[in-house]
Amino acid sequence: MTTSELLLNGLAAFLTLCIFSFLYKDNPFYKFAERLVAGVSAGYWTMLLYHTSFHDKVIVPIFQQGYWWYIIPTILGIMMWTRFSKKWAWLSRISLAFYMGIATGTSIPVVMYAAIYKQLEGSMNQITTDATGINTLLMTIGLICAVSYFYFSKEHDGWFGGMSRVGIYTLMIGFGAGFGLTVMGRIALLIERIIFLRDYLLVLFGG
Amino acid sequence: MAFYDNMIDIDRRWIYLVLALAVMIPAIIPFTVPVAVTPEVNDIFQFVDTLEAGDYMFLGIDYDPSSMAELHPMCRAIMAHCFSKDINLIMCSLSQNGQGMAEQIIDEISARYNKKSGEDYCFLGYKPYFALVILTMGLNFRVTYPNDVYGVSLDEMPVMDGIRNYNDCAGVIGFESGNIADAWIAYANGRYDTPVALGVTGVMAANYYPYLQTGQLFGLMPGMKGAAEYETLFKQRLERLPEKDPSEDERMVARESMAYQTTSHIVILFFIIISNIGFFLSRKHEKKII
Repeated sequence: MTTSELLLNGLAAFLTLCIFSFLYKDNPFYKFAERLVAGVSAGYWTMLLYHTSFHDKVIVPIFQQGYWWYIIPTILGIMMWTRFSKKWAWLSRISLAFYMGIATGTSIPVVMYAAIYKQLEGSMNQITTDATGINTLLMTIGLICAVSYFYFSKEHDGWFGGMSRVGIYTLMIGFGAGFGLTVMGRIALLIERIIFLRDYLLVLFGG
Repeated sequence: MAFYDNMIDIDRRWIYLVLALAVMIPAIIPFTVPVAVTPEVNDIFQFVDTLEAGDYMFLGIDYDPSSMAELHPMCRAIMAHCFSKDINLIMCSLSQNGQGMAEQIIDEISARYNKKSGEDYCFLGYKPYFALVILTMGLNFRVTYPNDVYGVSLDEMPVMDGIRNYNDCAGVIGFESGNIADAWIAYANGRYDTPVALGVTGVMAANYYPYLQTGQLFGLMPGMKGAAEYETLFKQRLERLPEKDPSEDERMVARESMAYQTTSHIVILFFIIISNIGFFLSRKHEKKII
């Protein structure tokens, strides 16, 4: 590890400990690290968006390539900023309507297909006598019961109450799986930092 | 306060301290735990492993530094796997901070396998509005990205010669920490029927299993465990190779992390159990009083 890497990693180790110090209680070290992250991210995003959006989509096409029609979306973009003025704020609605129209038109057909039709198709599998069939049967029962839990036009008692009860258990299994994976994810973040700190100390003290 | 009340009212700082100590155990006394490979990770490995030299894969490296702990190891393993088989890579980054993450891994793995930008891979970089970027890349990569991230025209690159869109790639593998994952499923798979697999953070994983069951995803790598499984399969492949691979002596971070996961999960389970015992005992006591 070079001297500059050692110093940079030392700074990273210090900032990591600053963030961890919040686990005990709020303190100036944590506040410093938190604000540094927010500031660096905002600065990085600003420059990145300037280069990938304003430079590549406005300056280059209009001034270097002579594509004058790029002025139209540029004007629509500028009109978004009129929201800061009470007098001219109505202009931003034109840009928003244009944006919403494109976003809706491109997303609704494909999202309907991918997130609704395909999922409905996937929940209507043939129930067979092998292990896959048992899995399908359990999934179908769980699906119907979980949906019945959200049906509020009939009182949840008797056989319907039983169904919604099974529905709750199905949902709980889902939430449990989600919780377990979330714990794994959060612990992974801690582990990565611990490994980083250990490796840094080993380099520093020649372990 | 009864002892069972203390069991459900532990100061959170004690929990943090015990957890920190538990995570430090493998750092001081290293040990390994066996990693069982699940079918959803094996499917991704087999998909990549059956490709021939010269084939193309598309990688979406769409995560921020806040998710690098989970997604860096899986991205590193898949990129190394592709380069070790001389598979050409086209890569993009659709999250703002993802470009830096991608460049870090590309620099490391391409140097390890002596792969050149423009000859063996093409890194397209970041463009805003991920849904539109994914859609337009289905027509032609050049619509959104006339140049790669270094400003080189795609038409001047030998690796992009004759390569137009997803149809020229065997499939897409996305490394995702947000809703860009949904866009890959809806637009790349839904609109263009491209085979898509995802590596996602642990928090997101449960939401994407339904897409696996419907065949909209050909594989799924959930969090660090998914990365550890892929590393295990990759390591096994390297051991079978007649010649030494540059990745053979490299550290497999996710596999190493499984020991840390084990000790920390034991601690979390311990606290869940004692707080539940405390809860049921206090409820029993309340019923007696009533």
